[in-house]
Amino acid sequence: MGGDEAGIILLSLKVALASVVFSLPVAIFFAYVLARAEFPGKTLLDAVVHLPLVLPPVVVGFALLLVFGKQGLLGRWLNEWFGIVFAFRWTGAALASAIMGFPLMVRAIRLSIAAIDRRLETVARTLGGSRAWVFVSITLPLAVPGIITGTLLSFARSLGEFGATITFVSNIPGETETLPLAIYTLVQTPGGDARALRLSAIAVILSIAALAVSEWLTRRAGRSAKP
Amino acid sequence: MIDVDIENRLGDFRLAVAFRAEAPVVGLFGRSGSGKTSVVNAFAGVNRPQRGHIIVNGETLFDSVHGIDLPPERRRLGYVFQDDLLFPHMSVEGNLLYGFHRSSAAARFIDRDHVVDLLGLRLLLHRFPGGLSGGERQRVAIGRALLAQPRLLLMDEPLASLDVLRQNEVLRYIEQLRDDLRIPIVYVSHSVGEITRLADTVVLLADGKSIAVGEVDEVMGRMELRPHTGRYEAGAVIETTVAAHDLDDGLATLRFDGGELLVPNVEALIGERVRVRIRARDVALATERPRHSSVLNVLQGSVVSIANEDGPIVDVRVRIGSGSLVARITRRSRVDLGLAEGAQVYALLKAVSIDRRSVGYA
Repeated sequence: MGGDEAGIILLSLKVALASVVFSLPVAIFFAYVLARAEFPGKTLLDAVVHLPLVLPPVVVGFALLLVFGKQGLLGRWLNEWFGIVFAFRWTGAALASAIMGFPLMVRAIRLSIAAIDRRLETVARTLGGSRAWVFVSITLPLAVPGIITGTLLSFARSLGEFGATITFVSNIPGETETLPLAIYTLVQTPGGDARALRLSAIAVILSIAALAVSEWLTRRAGRSAKP
Repeated sequence: MIDVDIENRLGDFRLAVAFRAEAPVVGLFGRSGSGKTSVVNAFAGVNRPQRGHIIVNGETLFDSVHGIDLPPERRRLGYVFQDDLLFPHMSVEGNLLYGFHRSSAAARFIDRDHVVDLLGLRLLLHRFPGGLSGGERQRVAIGRALLAQPRLLLMDEPLASLDVLRQNEVLRYIEQLRDDLRIPIVYVSHSVGEITRLADTVVLLADGKSIAVGEVDEVMGRMELRPHTGRYEAGAVIETTVAAHDLDDGLATLRFDGGELLVPNVEALIGERVRVRIRARDVALATERPRHSSVLNVLQGSVVSIANEDGPIVDVRVRIGSGSLVARITRRSRVDLGLAEGAQVYALLKAVSIDRRSVGYA
């Protein structure tokens, strides 16, 4: 039976936050590469990035198990050398969420980078900015709306992640039992409907709150760009 | 000193441009699609030519033989685009100082406050680009390029997206910075007016090739280049100093070593130097000083050369003082007056033929 409700919510938020924080830099990198670079194999990379969006989540979870499980290709190595374990831990739930939300995040950021006039970056270069500095001072700030949107989408996706998580890290109360998993468990339990309903209501509130925060952030970012 | 010789192939388009110029302002003139922007982009390091070299003030920016290709940020060229391309997330001040902060303190020769005042940006510093007029935005863009301490200013049709009023406003600022900061400028335009008003040397581009290089009026007045220069009004530029203003008549007296010109529409103050462009078709010739005529300007000189002698219309170049004027007259008139090289003539110029566009700061 699921842990207490506060614990479930906190765990869900922790998992979602961790997944967003760690996937954001990676997503920005891939978004930039996909928006700006031309190279052979770009279509393939694009497809791979989008894969979690089209695959059944269970398949992603199973793949994670094969790669990051205790006996997995990377999992064993990570455990032996760094003591990092994903299998049946909340970190694994965060990894699963991050991967499922990754395409959404990359998409949003990529669109907003692609919408930036490249000549702004060119001007910045002629003004003495190195490639890296131009990225930090021009590209990133102008992509902020997309970064906010992508972060929110991925965060919301993470709060709702079910299939990949349950396949990869199972449903362990207090460790990997996030909101959706807890609701699922309660629905399967006789007399659990009331609590399931309560948790569902909380899920709705969390999602709306996230939406409101992102809306507020986007508007603030927009205002500083065009007062 | 600019020394360029570059070749590049972009799809079907072949660029082959070579010129050397000493002048403070070099005009790159050509129809759209003639390769003007490609040349400027090669300067800036935005695209890399397949072969050739680009040398500015003795500094090699690009040399295919020696494998030199400085990245844009190390070329120190101020690039002003047709669109101002201000950074929308930064204030005017933030925009202005973007390049300034990246320049090395030792290389700074253009002062921040000086540029702010020169371009009239003092009151705009804390505004954001979104709230500025087109002319203001372009002035900020020019200031931003200047404060990056460039060794050369590249201006690619900087007036093209402005209305006529704003064009004049920005043009005046460009003239001022040319004279004040003594920074060489490569000025790209398809507007004859802008080129003649600003540039000393012009490079004529057609189909990706530089087909003529030289003094503005010499190149633009050449008959055989007519298909590329378009409806260019042949003429000559005279550098003068404002000697007096007659406020009652609204006329200014412009003095130069060949005499004086009475001209309306001069805003410059007494003592300031202005250049006046005089179209060849506005100049009439006489062998005697006319009396009882409405023509205000009569200048004495001697015939230096006569061009297009076989056509129905001839261009007579008349030396006046150390400068010269071109008079476009019919062959019949030339024959009737018996004009030949060395002949003493009077050049007649109606004051009203000189409009606001013909007068610029020297």
